[in-house]
Amino acid sequence: MIAAHLPALQIVVPLVSAPLCVLLVKARLAYALALVVCWVAFAISVLLLGQVLDSGVISYRLGGWAPPWGIEYRIDPVNAYVLLIVAAIGALVITYAKPSVAREVGSGREALFYTSYLLCLTGLLGVTITGDAFNIFVFLEISSLSSYVLISLGQDRRALTASFRYLIFGTIGATFFLIGVGLLYQATGTLNIADMANRVAPIEGSRTVQAAFAFMAVGLAVKAALFPLHAWLPNAYAYAPSVVTAFLAATATKVSIYVLIRTYFTIFGHDFSFEVMTLGPVLMVLAIAAMLIGSTISIFQDDVKRLLAYSSVAQIGYMVLGLSFDTVLGVTGGMLHLFNHALMKGGLFLALGCVFYRTGSVNIEAMKGLGHRMPWTMAAIVAGGLSLIGVPLTVGFISKWYLLLAAIDSGMWWISIFILMASLLAIIYVWRLVEAAYLSPSPENAPAGEAPLIMLIPTWVLVLANFYFGVDTRVSVGVATRAAEFLLGAGS
Amino acid sequence: MEWPGLYNYWIVIFLMMAGLYVVMARANLIKKMVGLSVFQASVFIFYLTMGKVAGGTAPIVIPGNPVYSNPLPHVLILTAIVVGVATLAMGLALIVRINEAYGTIEEDEIDAQEHDS
Amino acid sequence: MSHHLVVRVIAKLLIPFILLFGLYVQFHGDFGPGGGFQAGVIFAAAFVLYALVYGLENARRIIPDKYIRMGTALGVLIFAGTGVAAMLLGANYLDYSVLAHDPPHGQHLGIFVVEFGVGLTVASVMVAIFFAFAGRGHKIDEMED
Repeated sequence: MIAAHLPALQIVVPLVSAPLCVLLVKARLAYALALVVCWVAFAISVLLLGQVLDSGVISYRLGGWAPPWGIEYRIDPVNAYVLLIVAAIGALVITYAKPSVAREVGSGREALFYTSYLLCLTGLLGVTITGDAFNIFVFLEISSLSSYVLISLGQDRRALTASFRYLIFGTIGATFFLIGVGLLYQATGTLNIADMANRVAPIEGSRTVQAAFAFMAVGLAVKAALFPLHAWLPNAYAYAPSVVTAFLAATATKVSIYVLIRTYFTIFGHDFSFEVMTLGPVLMVLAIAAMLIGSTISIFQDDVKRLLAYSSVAQIGYMVLGLSFDTVLGVTGGMLHLFNHALMKGGLFLALGCVFYRTGSVNIEAMKGLGHRMPWTMAAIVAGGLSLIGVPLTVGFISKWYLLLAAIDSGMWWISIFILMASLLAIIYVWRLVEAAYLSPSPENAPAGEAPLIMLIPTWVLVLANFYFGVDTRVSVGVATRAAEFLLGAGS
Repeated sequence: MEWPGLYNYWIVIFLMMAGLYVVMARANLIKKMVGLSVFQASVFIFYLTMGKVAGGTAPIVIPGNPVYSNPLPHVLILTAIVVGVATLAMGLALIVRINEAYGTIEEDEIDAQEHDS
Repeated sequence: MSHHLVVRVIAKLLIPFILLFGLYVQFHGDFGPGGGFQAGVIFAAAFVLYALVYGLENARRIIPDKYIRMGTALGVLIFAGTGVAAMLLGANYLDYSVLAHDPPHGQHLGIFVVEFGVGLTVASVMVAIFFAFAGRGHKIDEMED
């Protein structure tokens, strides 16, 4: 009986426990509840993925109202895959969170921190699971509002301005999406995504539909921090508490990319998006610009969190590049990078959290000699960095390999030059970290000693996952390919 | 088409552009929030106007065969208004904190402080 | 504002009616215009008026922050809990039809409870927002003199 209700439980479990965290007040109790809930959510997402792969699309009628009138939770290979990523990162990050949160957020606010964290998780899972366009907006705002709170909890006062800037950008982005949904509702008379997809096809010449497409594409590009709409991202990631940075970097932009994929391929269909609206070249230029410019800027950053944040802008470029090919291979590459980037950036930001926990700084100066003082943490950063560059045997290599294959397959081999250039730039900024950590002497009286085990274990789980999925690609590539086939098959 | 035809959409577009302009052009953070609210309000009006059917009445079952306005966009926009209120409260709360941390809510002065430090 | 006698007396007269009107909008919401959002705001307005006239400290003494925080959380729990109750009774999440002996009564009961949850949360959040802004910086009483 429970199996039938899994789609609802995926959202309801974290949603119900968020207010419970407020009522529990005590940090220890709230943490325990959040920990259990996040792992339960992860278990549910694993079960859901299993169900979808076995028996196809799951549809759940919220409130018993039949689609397209009621809100439908609709799970296909694409969002089952994204759900798994979000829930897995959510569970690992919360496991890690307790010492870091106690240090960076401060007592008295911890229970509320966990509430916001759970609400953010609810929102992200909700965006992914729902089959209703307006519902996407609501969940998007739930996750955004709670992430503004989470970011503003950073110790530096710049966290406040970063959060405010994100609030302005995020609200404009979400409102653009809302305008797009409104225009589509005007044109089609439905909010259900599957129903919308059927009704959009016959009227694709309509100006209303084209305007809706433009609004939704731009709004979501802001949320996904696609170059040049990424201005909110670096500061938000740099000054948020470490836990929040790791969580948001690994999930929030991914979920926005997912909605972007949904919009392009499911709602409008790839014929409309790529042939009528000629989205391909636009996305390709923006993606390549993001890869090169993001990587170049990150070379010049001294704050390592900012460095990795700019590198995220570049990595989002890779994902979008995969989409812009509009082939199964390209979309597979993009979806794979979605998963792989969550693994690398999750691991890296968690490791940086360990550094901050011990040294109180993530400046590159503070990392001098860290390889000797915190060997395990630093090894994790190096391993994550290798994956970011795309060294063979890591996940970074797998996704870049698929992007290269897609480029050659589409007859655009010259794109591989840009992929290579961006990777070379990545070598430079990762090398700066290695140089500081291993080749520079420690300053005197520098704090030494490893971070607590509870922080190191989740970090290393993510880092080792980088290598595991870099070697054994059956699961990740298999699911990504199925998702890509589903998207392109359903669109035509 | 008659001159005032679809004038409600012109209002929507005017408010939308005015709101976005204020967000971008004003350095005062409170004014930015005001602009953002105007921008959101334009979307509320857009949804409301789209649900209206000419000559339609409230969607309550009454005898005869009247034309009903579409209530769904109105219900949707109730949710969006609540989201807007939450965003406004969150933004103002951040401004209060920014004022406490920097002693100003002018964006250029905040930037100046950042570059000095 | 303690020396404005007229304001104080009128506020004292008005507040019970505002509260009553809030409750009316809340519980009449399933027959006519109304419901949790509107009722919650009206209900909170009474507390805001009280705080404006009698000072923030007195208002805080009537409803301490702890209870506001609890109200915020409880309202959401009531809403979500109704959905879970429907699930436990064998229907889909938020399908109220199974809550009573026949679907119309079930729908009625469900929307009634859910709106109560909404009202509780909205009222608490509105009061919380007011307290949070009013409690920062200058006190209202100090501004007056």
